[in-house]
Amino acid sequence: MSSLPDKFGHFDLFGGKYVPEALYRALAELEAEFDNAMTDPTFWAELNDLRAHYAGRPTPITTLKRLSAEAGNATIVLKREDLNHTGSHKINNVLGQALLTKRMGKTRVIAETGAGQHGVATATAAALMGLSCRVYMGKVDTERQALNVARMQLLGAEVIAVESGSQTLKDAMNEAMRDWVATVDDTHYLIGTVAGPHPFPAMVREFQRVISTEARQQCLDEFGALPDYVCACVGGGSNAMGTFADFIPDASVKLIGFEAGGSGVETGKHAASITAGSVGVLHGTRTYILQDEDGQTKESHSISAGLDYPGVGPEHAWLADTGRATYEPVNDAEAMDAFKLLSQTEGIMPAIESAHAVAGALRVAKGLAVTDPEARPLMLVCLSGRGDKDVDTAIDWFGLDGSADATSGGLA
Amino acid sequence: MSNLGISGHAFAKAKAEGRGALVGYLPVGYPSVAGSLDAMRALCGQGDRPGVDLVEVGMPYTDPVLDGPVIQRAGTAALDRGVRTRDVFAAVEAVVATGTPAVVMTYWNLVDHYGVDAFARDLASAGGAGLITPDLTPDEAEDWFAASDAHNLDRVFLVSPSTTDERIISTAAACRGWMYATAVMGVTGVRQATSSSAPELLRRIRALAPEILVGVGLGVSNGEQATETAAIADGVIVGSALVKTLLAAEDAGRPDDLTALRALVDDLAAGVRAPRP
Repeated sequence: MSSLPDKFGHFDLFGGKYVPEALYRALAELEAEFDNAMTDPTFWAELNDLRAHYAGRPTPITTLKRLSAEAGNATIVLKREDLNHTGSHKINNVLGQALLTKRMGKTRVIAETGAGQHGVATATAAALMGLSCRVYMGKVDTERQALNVARMQLLGAEVIAVESGSQTLKDAMNEAMRDWVATVDDTHYLIGTVAGPHPFPAMVREFQRVISTEARQQCLDEFGALPDYVCACVGGGSNAMGTFADFIPDASVKLIGFEAGGSGVETGKHAASITAGSVGVLHGTRTYILQDEDGQTKESHSISAGLDYPGVGPEHAWLADTGRATYEPVNDAEAMDAFKLLSQTEGIMPAIESAHAVAGALRVAKGLAVTDPEARPLMLVCLSGRGDKDVDTAIDWFGLDGSADATSGGLA
Repeated sequence: MSNLGISGHAFAKAKAEGRGALVGYLPVGYPSVAGSLDAMRALCGQGDRPGVDLVEVGMPYTDPVLDGPVIQRAGTAALDRGVRTRDVFAAVEAVVATGTPAVVMTYWNLVDHYGVDAFARDLASAGGAGLITPDLTPDEAEDWFAASDAHNLDRVFLVSPSTTDERIISTAAACRGWMYATAVMGVTGVRQATSSSAPELLRRIRALAPEILVGVGLGVSNGEQATETAAIADGVIVGSALVKTLLAAEDAGRPDDLTALRALVDDLAAGVRAPRP
């Protein structure tokens, strides 16, 4: 494990525990159970067995032959988290936390979800382990992701549409916190990203670390070298933390996180907390957030529900401040171009979240072809999830109407 | 007792009269900034009519994780209508002008963003007693300790039924004025019955930190419950029930009608003065 956070959950100036006192004991118990599990071979044996025989790990890396033709002199390699059970990296975290829930003797999990990916993953792990499950989802999101609402219900979870505030992910998180304050004795709040109060940022990173542990070795095996660039999309930042984690000590490897630029950072309609936000406290942690001149949280905007969050994990804030990682915005249009390009050159339809990482990597690669034409960079990109859930959004964006291109076989 | 600060004196005065102190919460900016100042003045009583002993001036916030639907609704409306952090100081001045002390309750990011020392300075110069911090525990409060010491402000931290013995002791030591005990595991809101976990929590606090004055909140909504709560605590905190009268007035098309608010304050003020069961 990294030396950060310190025992108070601080990543230098970031992180911490800004929570109601009522949650303190639960966070302390969780921290103790997590620390204990990290050094318990039984825990790891159980988790690794689930990863191998349930989630489908290790996930492969895929070298993009046709797409790389669009990428200057770069070779782009995808880490295929889209091939996990439930279709994204979210399963890595929920399996770990669901096992911890059982170790703590708790019988119920609650979760927040934006696009529904984390909610579906949580409902899945709850079904697997016999835990009762309630998922909070902003009312606006339940309407735009009706399919995932039904998936969670089919898995046995109860879905609550949150009508307070902006009725999106941040409000779902508030409502889950309120539930937890009242039910903490038998309930674990299974946070889906590397945000929230300590120990969540460190714990979720450790459960997502498997992405970089596998990918680093896979690059060495296949290319005999570490990648020059490691890229991931960043909303709350869990797939990016998992993708960066084992590469942080490799000084030669550049780490780039791509935030949701929405309609463009200059329009104010975006979710780029590091690029265009400022330091504040939200959902229990000190980090970069989108806030107005009084410190009230501003609503974020992104075509990708999974990146539509006005904050970011505190370790990303720290990586940005220290310069170890850099963060750039990718707007809706760039992401949707990459969504289509990857689908049509490689036969891989990415989640729109992950399409931000692909778009960003292509932009960096094209820039390098100009600024450093001799370089032959190897770029590892985390494809955090698959795009099935986003087909409705794509239909709207590309002006498809779901009807066929032509008819055949009918009588004239 | 050396650590009464400003708001602790309001508790001590009530105690000397053989009763519990009454603390009333209202958010600034609802139904409007001016309307909220009128409502807060109405909490303070008039002439022979007793009101609250301490006003808790709430600052609306976009992400109030410790508040239930009633306070959320008023807070969201206040934000939609343009309430600003600086309006809190005007509200404090308005309350203090009636002779009743005022303490501000706010989520931490608003203070952090204003600048902790600047907020403390402006609160002190408005005559405010201090801060209640629902999402700031002493663990993360280094800046607030410095600023509250520099400007002589009260620090009211919270404890709950889940708080460990060690943390009851350390939190009581960190408070100045009094300590806020949340009677139930849950968020703010009107409840049918007073909490069954409150007596046990108060018993633990009295045993572990006998010097600290304790206000009990979450769920108290009428005079009878105030009487019950005053029997075990030094102060009785009422929020959602008061806010509910303002929401009902607006729903009825009379947003500035404080009749129901005044009637509830009368009931509560009588409640903390009633013979204890």
